[in-house]
Amino acid sequence: MASVGDESCQTYSGASERMSEEIMAVSPEDPGENEISRLNFIKVAVGGMCLAYAAAVGYPIYRYLNSPVQREAALSAVKDVTLAGADKLEKGAVLLFKFGPYPSMLIHHKDDSWVAFDAVCTHLGCTVQYHPEQDKIVCACHGGVYDSHTGANVSGPPPKPLTRFQIKVANGAVTVTRA
Amino acid sequence: MSKVYDYLDERLSISELKKFAGKKTVPLHKYSFWYYWGGISLLCFLIQLVTGILLIIYYKPGPDAYNSVRSLTYDVDFGWLIRSAHSWSATIFLVSVFVHMFSVYFMKAYRKPREFGWWSGMALLILGLLFGFSGYLLPMDQLSFVATKVGLAIPENIPLVGHTIANLMRGGLEVSEITVQRFFAWHAVVLPLLYLPLLMFHLFLVQKHGNAIPPSEEDVPMEKRKSIPFFPNFILKDLAMWLVTLNAIALVASLFPPDLGKVTDPLGPAPAGVHPEWYFMSSFETLKLIGKVIPGMLGEAAGITIFTLGLVLWCLVPFFDTSSPKGRNGRYATYFGIFCLGVLLVTTLLGYVAG
Repeated sequence: MASVGDESCQTYSGASERMSEEIMAVSPEDPGENEISRLNFIKVAVGGMCLAYAAAVGYPIYRYLNSPVQREAALSAVKDVTLAGADKLEKGAVLLFKFGPYPSMLIHHKDDSWVAFDAVCTHLGCTVQYHPEQDKIVCACHGGVYDSHTGANVSGPPPKPLTRFQIKVANGAVTVTRA
Repeated sequence: MSKVYDYLDERLSISELKKFAGKKTVPLHKYSFWYYWGGISLLCFLIQLVTGILLIIYYKPGPDAYNSVRSLTYDVDFGWLIRSAHSWSATIFLVSVFVHMFSVYFMKAYRKPREFGWWSGMALLILGLLFGFSGYLLPMDQLSFVATKVGLAIPENIPLVGHTIANLMRGGLEVSEITVQRFFAWHAVVLPLLYLPLLMFHLFLVQKHGNAIPPSEEDVPMEKRKSIPFFPNFILKDLAMWLVTLNAIALVASLFPPDLGKVTDPLGPAPAGVHPEWYFMSSFETLKLIGKVIPGMLGEAAGITIFTLGLVLWCLVPFFDTSSPKGRNGRYATYFGIFCLGVLLVTTLLGYVAG
């Protein structure tokens, strides 16, 4: 069936006006030409019907399979997340949290500065980890290293720095905001 | 295009296959319409295969069964439609299988050399009914819970081993989430694994022996019999029937999606007017009727014995109808068929009217 549709697409590229022009252009004295256009018409009609059926069956299946993707996409649209009690995080410690669907990290540095990053390695998407003793963010998958203050990719395969979030430390909570 | 065709043809002998299919013929007579019902069943089965795989993507057997079906039906985009298509194609599958079986029976297509076609078909029907029974529990709502409890009372009545069989099927003394897990394994793994090779065997036999002609056509002299080529004529007609079936399923599935009842309450009493799916209605009603004549477990046992004997007789029909088309045994087989069809229809109707 698909081959019928393909052929007809090559012949007509789906323009019905062109077809009616051709049917009208056929003079009654020329029955042979008429036959061909009738055959082509059937080919286009059958091909079109097959496409319509494939779309009518395929669209609900696509939406069905895509449903959780859509829900997560809606989740990832969140602009900020409030981490209750995170202000109590000790110096030199890290807190992993979910920002929308993605893992993210909040670091309270020894110099009392706060920083938050997207914890997904920019190389191949592994979740990175904070090493307080070296004060580095490291990805165990392929040895990527990031600066723990700026998120800059320092060595290894990561092509880009980690996305950095804005932070507001208040009494009782830390609010992380996407720029 | 032709280059691709040549490439494939040299390696896969497509043109030989086409030549072979073109030589095959399908008899043309006033009962030819009934030849399509096997194909319709096949399409319904394929739709169930596809929608079943799609449902597995969200369905969770076990304690989460009800909630996963609820979220699949009401939260997932078009989940209601996939579930509805699965359920409706199951119904239409069984309708077409029954039509196929009775048309084969009355056209006497079970006669030599097609006995194995008949037996494999009967095995496929039984597997189809088991598909229905095991699938019905999976949403784990109140109705499916009760229906499964009642249905499992049937193997319970088998002498000596009944209890053990029923307990093994349930995975306990009562229907529970362990039962759902087991039924899911049956429904989605065991039954398909049994069904698919049997279906291949059935289709192989159809292709080997060709379509049977009914006795009335056997009287027509060879030169006066009509036929059409299997490819492309019959295939195209078959595809047209598939299209009609697909449209019918799409229509009923969109307009009448199945509901989801209340969550199973193991302590809740059986709801009033509880009845099984239509394809078990006949046996349900017959058991009820026999129970009125012979009360107690004896009636139940009598009913199950009658069903089993009837089924065995039905399967063995190629042995007692070996006669020529107009012979006496042939006529008895037809009467037996009419009797069975009558009993099925009347008890099913009674079940709905009385229920």
